Amino acid sequence: MTTTDLTVGAGREPFVDKPLTITDFVRYQGASGDMNPIHHDSSFAAKAGYPTPFAVGMLQAGVLGTFATDWLGAENVRSFKVQFREQAWPGDVLTYSGTITAVREQDGERLVDIELACTRQTGGTHLKGWATFVAPN
Amino acid sequence: MDTSLAGRTGKPFTMVVEAGKIREFARATKSQNPAYDGGPQGEPVSPTTFLMSAQFWQSGENSPLSGVDLNWERILHGEQEFVFHGAPPRAGDVLTGQARIDKVFEKAGKRGGTMIFTEQVTEFRDPSGRLVAELRSTMIETSKATTEG
Repeated sequence: MTTTDLTVGAGREPFVDKPLTITDFVRYQGASGDMNPIHHDSSFAAKAGYPTPFAVGMLQAGVLGTFATDWLGAENVRSFKVQFREQAWPGDVLTYSGTITAVREQDGERLVDIELACTRQTGGTHLKGWATFVAPN
Repeated sequence: MDTSLAGRTGKPFTMVVEAGKIREFARATKSQNPAYDGGPQGEPVSPTTFLMSAQFWQSGENSPLSGVDLNWERILHGEQEFVFHGAPPRAGDVLTGQARIDKVFEKAGKRGGTMIFTEQVTEFRDPSGRLVAELRSTMIETSKATTEG
């Protein structure tokens, strides 16, 4: 692994995902146990007033989480928070990005704070995120 | 929801963290990280949001909202937070989880009406009672149907 740049303002190259599919939603729903039909059953979604099933927010939150841990280390994460903004839909091309906002010492540990985002091809924000990691060696 | 729900707790539940579920969850959340694969190098650590799958280990009585009549069409998931007191749980760990309603409060909506915020916290402890992880879910109930969340 190459040395990770831990200066404020440094980021990981954004991850532009393939267009979202209902298969992505189903795969996440199976993995997580959240089987809400609003995310995969077209007639159920239509009855609830939606044009199509819409994305499972926790799927993209999970992708944002692993985007961060693939960068700063799976064992190093100490907190992660996401805020759900605009809905995401099948066909959306989402971009996951993150930037270091602080590097600090606390209780003898070196911590890295980052800000994260998941944005839609429209420019709209689907998720905002914040995480704290123990600095990777 | 109303403020009288604060302090309600669900029955504790047991969750066994499993390597196969970790691998499945990491693939579903599009990770390339070999740390989630497990195998000969040892038991894998779990992905950041993996404890959402704790619902596989729960039934109705584990929810602090068990028996409460709620209009779920008006409730959306506003925020989700994960806090780890050390590295995230690893395959083979046996955790005891318990959920509680931590806070219920009202705010005026930007487009009129009232929004009710409910924060549910689920604590996960190891067999020695050490707090390993906390999940905080913020649910927002709007006074009219919403297309966000």
